[in-house]
Amino acid sequence: MKCFRLADTSIDVDAEKAALGHAAAGGCVTFEGWVRDHNEGRVVRRLDYQAYAPLAESEGEAILAEALERFHVREARCIHRVGSLAIGDLAVWAGVSADHRDAAFAACRWIIDEVKLRVPIWKNEHYADGESGWLHPDNTPVVTSEYSR
Amino acid sequence: MNYQMLYFASLADRAGRAEEVRDSAARTPRELYAEVAAAHDFTLAAERLRVAVNGAFVAWDHALADRDEVVFLPPVSGG
Repeated sequence: MKCFRLADTSIDVDAEKAALGHAAAGGCVTFEGWVRDHNEGRVVRRLDYQAYAPLAESEGEAILAEALERFHVREARCIHRVGSLAIGDLAVWAGVSADHRDAAFAACRWIIDEVKLRVPIWKNEHYADGESGWLHPDNTPVVTSEYSR
Repeated sequence: MNYQMLYFASLADRAGRAEEVRDSAARTPRELYAEVAAAHDFTLAAERLRVAVNGAFVAWDHALADRDEVVFLPPVSGG
């Protein structure tokens, strides 16, 4: 079963959390990444996420498999949205279940960090002044004006 | 050889397209990136990119084959 997915519709958090269930698990840690209305001092109106889907899915699965090896966790899952998102929308969800909380917190943190670092997904921020820009870390935008297209 | 190119994010904006078939004498991703960067005025240095062939990450000196799907990946910004 796929544990990492790209989703072009809203993430069903209850279903994802239920899939973390394991008789040996003493708890779960989940992370929700939301679309915020500002970045680098600019007002953000909405976001688009684009992914190179085949590689994003295989790299996401690889991260979750590595998490199961590196940490004493029972289940690990992650869903990332693609397409157009509004302020407040859930953009990414990661969750792990584990026998004890230390491993659960550590693994969840590690998974979201690795996803942001390795999975080929790109964020295009649309700003209040009409400009937009694809972000490329150091998280500064490569700005192109929507009016010039 | 013909390569199926896919472009994402700022590279797609620069190229003005999301994909193209490219007839090229390049034999490695490094040679191919130099060619497409010149053709589409890409400003991202190869050192800032990763490259994937047929859906898997490869090294810049990977030997390309005819009809390979080649993707130059700008620094990612998911999450």
